[in-house]
Amino acid sequence: MGRYYQPEIETAPRERILEIQNEKIVKQVRHVYENVPYYRHLMEEKGVTPDDIKGVEDIKKLPFLSKADLRDAYPYGLLGTDLKNCVRIQSTSGTTGRRVVAFYTQKDIELWEDCCARAIVAAGGTDEDVCQVCYGYGLFTGGPGLNGGSHKVGCLTLPMSSGNTDRQIQFMMDLGATILCCTPSYAAYIGESLAEKGYKPEDNKLKAGIFGAEPWTEEMRRNIEKSLGIKAYDIYGLTETSGPGVAFECEEQHGMHINEDHFYAEIIDPDTGEVLPDGEKGELVFTSLDKEAFPLLRYRTRDICVLHREKCSCGRTHVKMSKPMGRSDDMLIIRGVNVFPSQIETVLLNEGYTPNYQILVDRRNNTDTLDINVELPPEQFSDIVSENQAKERALEAAMRNMLGIGPKVHLVGPKSIVRSEGKAVRVIDNRKLHD
Amino acid sequence: MAIQQISVFVENKPGMLLKNVQKISEAGINLRALSIADTQDFGILRLIVSDTERTKEVLSADNLVTTTRVVAAKMEDEVGALYTILKALGDQNINIEYMYAFTASEAYGAYVVMRVDDVEQAEAALHASGIATLEDADI
Repeated sequence: MGRYYQPEIETAPRERILEIQNEKIVKQVRHVYENVPYYRHLMEEKGVTPDDIKGVEDIKKLPFLSKADLRDAYPYGLLGTDLKNCVRIQSTSGTTGRRVVAFYTQKDIELWEDCCARAIVAAGGTDEDVCQVCYGYGLFTGGPGLNGGSHKVGCLTLPMSSGNTDRQIQFMMDLGATILCCTPSYAAYIGESLAEKGYKPEDNKLKAGIFGAEPWTEEMRRNIEKSLGIKAYDIYGLTETSGPGVAFECEEQHGMHINEDHFYAEIIDPDTGEVLPDGEKGELVFTSLDKEAFPLLRYRTRDICVLHREKCSCGRTHVKMSKPMGRSDDMLIIRGVNVFPSQIETVLLNEGYTPNYQILVDRRNNTDTLDINVELPPEQFSDIVSENQAKERALEAAMRNMLGIGPKVHLVGPKSIVRSEGKAVRVIDNRKLHD
Repeated sequence: MAIQQISVFVENKPGMLLKNVQKISEAGINLRALSIADTQDFGILRLIVSDTERTKEVLSADNLVTTTRVVAAKMEDEVGALYTILKALGDQNINIEYMYAFTASEAYGAYVVMRVDDVEQAEAALHASGIATLEDADI
């Protein structure tokens, strides 16, 4: 296998890519208009018909979709085909507790796994590699996506899922894993654990890592590369568009190639919705060009980044996106899990607390920490210590249920949470996530 | 029957206890007994004071305050005094959540304050064993 998984498309001339995109979008808009009443209604409101869309140039005429639409249309409102044609769901958290559920036909799975396979080959993967996937398997897209991509490349796949670091290290060393797929913070943690066990970077057989699902800096990249003795590649994706592999880094390690034959990217001004020219910083918007079951058009990712079209030395012709530089909403990514402050607020209200809380996020020993200070309402206060502590534990359990990760809850006195100009400061994020 | 205890939620930060004690002192209230239960995040300050209502007023402006009825049993200055008290309660299967001791004055001697699940039953058990308990009027 060469340097590309699908060389014809990955290195296609720009005109060819545009041709493919134009052809696909015309079909896709018609598919959505005919099969997704929710989106047809949005188009009608905007006065757009499928006939108005003759190519990707016309995508800007289409209405946006946001996380709020996914919540309103939950669970089947954005489904683009009969359920009998679907073979899988994946899911991620939504803004107020209602999860995002994405559907896949077999063809959707194939194209997603192709994208992941491109990422693995770009990181140097071949059928002789041993690919250790320690993203979570299950509803989270990380594990299933890279697992499928690894199969397509023909790697020996170690479907480890997340956690149990001792076992990860045992398999890594005993079976000679050469490619590691996980979140960057977990990669850093594995690096530290290896060193603690007395292993030197050259003792493992790893050559590359494909790390994503959370923001990370160049400094983190250098640390991981040094501690594991590898080259570390970024990968990007979101459940709404399919999962990891929507964009991936090549050997240049400078921006991620977007798989433009499947996903059309725009950068917009998050306030006005206006499309910005290439090179300008704004919110990334994706239109899936050929997905069948969950064909989102103009989905607002809320990730802030820049698109670059300069020629890449790797030979790929697809546009590159920068690492996300932040969010245009208040979503936090903690240990690879999407967390919205509104979810925490929902739990507090459900449990009889006031929405006076503060979220403290930090990164200690390469692991994100989540602490939530909650003001204790007078009627909940007990003179018995254990009763108050039981309230903390009960809140932690309810939050874990809602968020999918466990925070530490601390009860604090009334009016003790810092308010700036009368408005409580909801989130204090002390991690350094962006360069 | 029984006495009122004031419990105050105190965050585990420097100066928090001082602030509360200062307020009590400025209001001219006498502290009879005090105990603190602490956790990593917060402490609970428990007080027996000369004027419960006034203390509640003074502290609840910017604190979580709750009042609880607790039993204050007289403890003779002799070997086995606490044993006698605990046995009286234990025999009746009365659960003690927490307890602390204080000396009211020369004349009154030592007392043990107990937070129990059933105040009436506890006092009855103590009285039956010849142990005296305090009432609000005594404080």
